[in-house]
Amino acid sequence: MKLPFLVVDHLSLSKDNAVLIRDVSLSFNPGEIHVLLGINGSGKSSLAYTLMGCDSYVPSSGAILLDGKDIKHASITERARLGITLAWQEPVRFEGLPIGKYVGLGIRENSREKVVAALEAVSLPAKAYGYRSNDQSLSGGERKRVELAAVYAMQPRLAILDEPDSGIDALSIMEIANLIQKMAQQGSAVLLITHRPELVAVADVAHLMCLGSIVFSGDPKNVNEYYQSRCHSHLDAFGEQPWMPAAQAENARNGQEM
Amino acid sequence: MTQTNSPRQHAGQAAPDWSAELEAMLDAYRQAGGDPDALKIPEVATLVVSGNQVLASHPIAGVHMEAEPLEQGVRARIVVDAGTQVKHPVHLCFGVVPAEGIQLIESEYQIGDGAKVQFLAHCSFPNAVHVEHRMDAQIHVGKNASLNYTEEHYHGQTGGIEVRPISKIYIDEGGQFTSNMVLTRGRIGVLEVDYVVDAEKDAVVELVTKAFGSGDDHVKVLEHLRLNGENARGLAKTRIAVKEQAVSEVNTMAEGNAVGARGHMDCTEIVRDQAIAMNNPVVKVSNARAQVTHEAAIGTVNRKEMETLMARGLDEDEAVDLIIRAMIR
Repeated sequence: MKLPFLVVDHLSLSKDNAVLIRDVSLSFNPGEIHVLLGINGSGKSSLAYTLMGCDSYVPSSGAILLDGKDIKHASITERARLGITLAWQEPVRFEGLPIGKYVGLGIRENSREKVVAALEAVSLPAKAYGYRSNDQSLSGGERKRVELAAVYAMQPRLAILDEPDSGIDALSIMEIANLIQKMAQQGSAVLLITHRPELVAVADVAHLMCLGSIVFSGDPKNVNEYYQSRCHSHLDAFGEQPWMPAAQAENARNGQEM
Repeated sequence: MTQTNSPRQHAGQAAPDWSAELEAMLDAYRQAGGDPDALKIPEVATLVVSGNQVLASHPIAGVHMEAEPLEQGVRARIVVDAGTQVKHPVHLCFGVVPAEGIQLIESEYQIGDGAKVQFLAHCSFPNAVHVEHRMDAQIHVGKNASLNYTEEHYHGQTGGIEVRPISKIYIDEGGQFTSNMVLTRGRIGVLEVDYVVDAEKDAVVELVTKAFGSGDDHVKVLEHLRLNGENARGLAKTRIAVKEQAVSEVNTMAEGNAVGARGHMDCTEIVRDQAIAMNNPVVKVSNARAQVTHEAAIGTVNRKEMETLMARGLDEDEAVDLIIRAMIR
């Protein structure tokens, strides 16, 4: 039996008097693709930021065990050097930073060939993009591809991909799906947040999040069908919750992520 | 064409009594980011000035240079003939090699109608302890002409220098002028940029200033765009990072004075340690069909930018350094 290298053990997170993650437990084996499903505001991105160790996403309880060692107080840098990385849903742009340099940042033994291969894996020809600035001149879709290339180049142990499909044209969704499978074949575990059935289909296991909890895990097809047919927005389902601050309730009403 | 007090034609042909000074100047040029070999290429127009000495002057067809020494500097006139398309950038090298000195450059640039030219100027003061460098430039860009002027400075490591580039720029109808002022290596000392630009019908101007101040450096940018002609367009873009006790002041003004004139001021300043940064944009519109806008971001490094780089394995200091270096690159 394979032992998971990463165990998320009864993890909870409170922020600004709101509970964003409630008692979440997950385990990751190398090469496994996990997909997180859930309506906007269910806590998917919060879980991603907590696993990455982003500022003010410190768990209130539970553990993140990497090879048996709790890393919940490790910095982002330490986690990245241990093999965890994140592709943000809305990647930032860096004025003046060449794309090739950005993509190569996380490669341990950096080489031009690895950068070129990573760019070409997301259909960005290195000749056209390698020296181009990673800035506002890129479209949203191009920026997402650059972000994926940077994560792919790292060959991380866990790649957290927060909606890598948003802003990507429909014709390119299968390219993203293929890239995720390629990452898994190379040994990376993937935690994928998506609303696209084409990407759900490449996952080994799916988890449905609701109000910060994982309420249902299993076969991706079954979980997705349940999600598509049975889930409602928080306010439709439960009304405003007493623990939900006004701003968070407003976000939920507007369909924004927590 | 006149080349007063300039016995050499080319940086590769210095007379023996000048060769030591020229070599020192070329070394300073290298420290400012220039490639001394480029000064020796016959097809490249060059002017090399050290203190008040014209060490080399090499005009080419369509590019004329006159230079004469002043008591504390040089007066130079550069003319590009109408219609001339200059293939290689004209290389200019100004500097003071000793630790102390004053250099005043009075320059005039006449870019003829329809001409297209780039200037690559390196100003180097590698040993400055008490140095003052002042550049008073008059620049005329003719009708439908294009001038791209990149100026890279190196002021050494002590901060003992005051540099004041002052330019009055006139861009005739359909002309284009781009300026890139870069001071991102070593110390700055005191830098006071003062540019005034008048842009006529369909003219385009872009002023870009990038600087990285540390210690007690003081950067002051004064830029004034007067978009006087119909559909004239202007951009003043400033990227400055300051750390330790450095101070940065960016004072830009853009006027939209004609139908369709469009101006924009874009200032980003990153502040670290006890440094201080200021931005004072002034917008003036005197025609109801003109538009001038401005944006400014001043403060610390964006947290999400840092976290993105840290998620690739950089530590916080490395991430901040990379963001700053990229911004002023």
